[in-house]
Amino acid sequence: MNRLEQSFKLLNENNAKAFVPYMMAGDGGLACLVERLVLLEKFGAAAIEVGVPFSDPVADGPTIQSAGIRALENRTTLKGIITELAKAREVVTIPIILMTYLNPIYAYGIDDFARDIQIAGVDGCIIPDLPLEEEDIIAPQLADAQVELIRLVTPATPLERIKEIAGRGKGFLYAVTVKGITGTRNLFDNDLNEFLKAVKMLSPIPVLAGFGISNEDQIKELTKNCDGVVVGSKIVELFEKDKLFEMEKLMSVFKQEAKIV
Amino acid sequence: MTTYTLPNKKGHFGMFGGRFVPETLMKAVLELEQAYDNAKKDASFQAEIDRLLKEYVGRETPLYFAENLSRHAGGANIYLKREDLNHTGAHKINNAIGQALLAVRMGKKKIVAETGAGQHGVATATVCALLNLDCIIFMGEEDIKRQALNVFRMELLGAKVVSVTAGSATLKDAVNEALRYWVANVDDTHYLLGSVMGPHPFPTIVRDFQSVIGKETKEQFQLRNSSLPDAVVACIGGGSNAMGMFYPFIEDEEVSLYGVEAAGQGVDTDYHAASLTKGKPGVLHGALMYLLQNDDGQIQEAHSISAGLDYPGVGPEHSHLKEVGRAKYFSITDEEALDSFQLLSRLEGIIPALESAHAIAYAVKLASEMKYSENIVVCLSGRGDKDVDAVKARLKGGEGK
Repeated sequence: MNRLEQSFKLLNENNAKAFVPYMMAGDGGLACLVERLVLLEKFGAAAIEVGVPFSDPVADGPTIQSAGIRALENRTTLKGIITELAKAREVVTIPIILMTYLNPIYAYGIDDFARDIQIAGVDGCIIPDLPLEEEDIIAPQLADAQVELIRLVTPATPLERIKEIAGRGKGFLYAVTVKGITGTRNLFDNDLNEFLKAVKMLSPIPVLAGFGISNEDQIKELTKNCDGVVVGSKIVELFEKDKLFEMEKLMSVFKQEAKIV
Repeated sequence: MTTYTLPNKKGHFGMFGGRFVPETLMKAVLELEQAYDNAKKDASFQAEIDRLLKEYVGRETPLYFAENLSRHAGGANIYLKREDLNHTGAHKINNAIGQALLAVRMGKKKIVAETGAGQHGVATATVCALLNLDCIIFMGEEDIKRQALNVFRMELLGAKVVSVTAGSATLKDAVNEALRYWVANVDDTHYLLGSVMGPHPFPTIVRDFQSVIGKETKEQFQLRNSSLPDAVVACIGGGSNAMGMFYPFIEDEEVSLYGVEAAGQGVDTDYHAASLTKGKPGVLHGALMYLLQNDDGQIQEAHSISAGLDYPGVGPEHSHLKEVGRAKYFSITDEEALDSFQLLSRLEGIIPALESAHAIAYAVKLASEMKYSENIVVCLSGRGDKDVDAVKARLKGGEGK
């Protein structure tokens, strides 16, 4: 059983939900990546998504776009990130998931990428511009390297397709909560709970909700119907503003819940 | 003769093309493919396109024998396919009409589009006015400055023009923003993509709607000369006018196909848009294609005096035609294009778009190396009215130095 499966098994046994923060590698400099990962684990992350900056991030809203631009200005490269993640693996015990658009991987070389992230101890990979129809370009190499390809479903995905996508994965299924790009939002579609219920029912693997999640109320509401949340733009923003206390508070949302009970 | 049937069912042209889009867009992309397949089989759909192309756009466009230019080149005969004479002044309207009718057929009332020079934006705004569709156009801030008159034209036609300040603030960034808008408004909005790029089925749809250029050229040339031309030449940004010209000739292997990219200040400088000459395969805006990028896979900015060629990628089908050697691709610098802009104006009384001036420049070189008995057709993709201010500034500026 790999690190991702173990983590979710443990959460399940404790009847707990997963808080998965997203951070942009190289925002604030690549030198602080390991330190930030350690901090996120300490704050209670179940796993961490590490974003790779890309010049043309079409699935991302302004916050993550800006973080990517800052990271690129800091001359962050995929190679540099993988090197840092290998160092992080010595001190971070929770799963690490790389989130990157396809082109940086393609330029790196798909075989080399799969091999190098396996050596660095990366557990999963999310590629937002790689739908089911095109995944043959990399899925076999990731499978050989025992790195989970984390797939996405959205409110625009028909039920049959959700079933097909969910059936392919082993780590967790990423349920995008909006028809839209990443970024914080106050309001969610009323149909969202129905969507998450449907995804949860169709998915044999854990379901994490993501995109636009920024506060405790949303998190509590959403996790009634799924196994956890991914919080991206909000975490990126809190790192940039150096509001670590606020981050710790947000990330302890499930612990507080446990205390109340 | 070999039969050419690309793309395959997955939208791949050899190793290129495909549908590399966020999951949110997959349903829309699959629906579009289905709708287009159905429309193609519907004779009334094609009849409506043909009617509008004839009565509204003014097709067919002439095939003109440029005798003075041919004499100047001193070799092969040069013919011009006059896409500049279309309504709105360029070939872009061929595709805009087809896709807007497709959107209506799909019950979509809103259109989003990107534009670089503004030609596709104007064509889209025009067709939206005609068909009573809401129209929102994303355009890079830099291009808005360079093409202020086209912005006003689009607004006059009832479109909303949104300035894009991200990245290099040019066409690539306008496509990013249009894609993000489509992701968020996919239920009621059709993305009217302007070139043979993006996720499948866009490269095929745009090629098919533009192939009226090559089809007419072939018929007109045969009627006149009872043969096929020896070569056809077209400029390439994303590659829509070139693909429209090439496609009907692909199986005629005796016809050489030449695509002309923008070399900007030179392909050995950092300031060019020659994706096929200097790029590497990669994935952007939904397709695997040749891209200008650095070693880390970050997309680089393209540079050209012509805003319409200022794009760091090139359509997947061109990427494939280069790979298999069916078409050949060369590049022309800003300086050479400027010279041809003036040359064609003086010799033939035709002011070409700066984009098309790249094709003219290459055709003159090519003609000089060919026999007097041979024939070249150049796709004159647009007229140069939109460029006269920029060219004036450049030429007068040059004199001042």
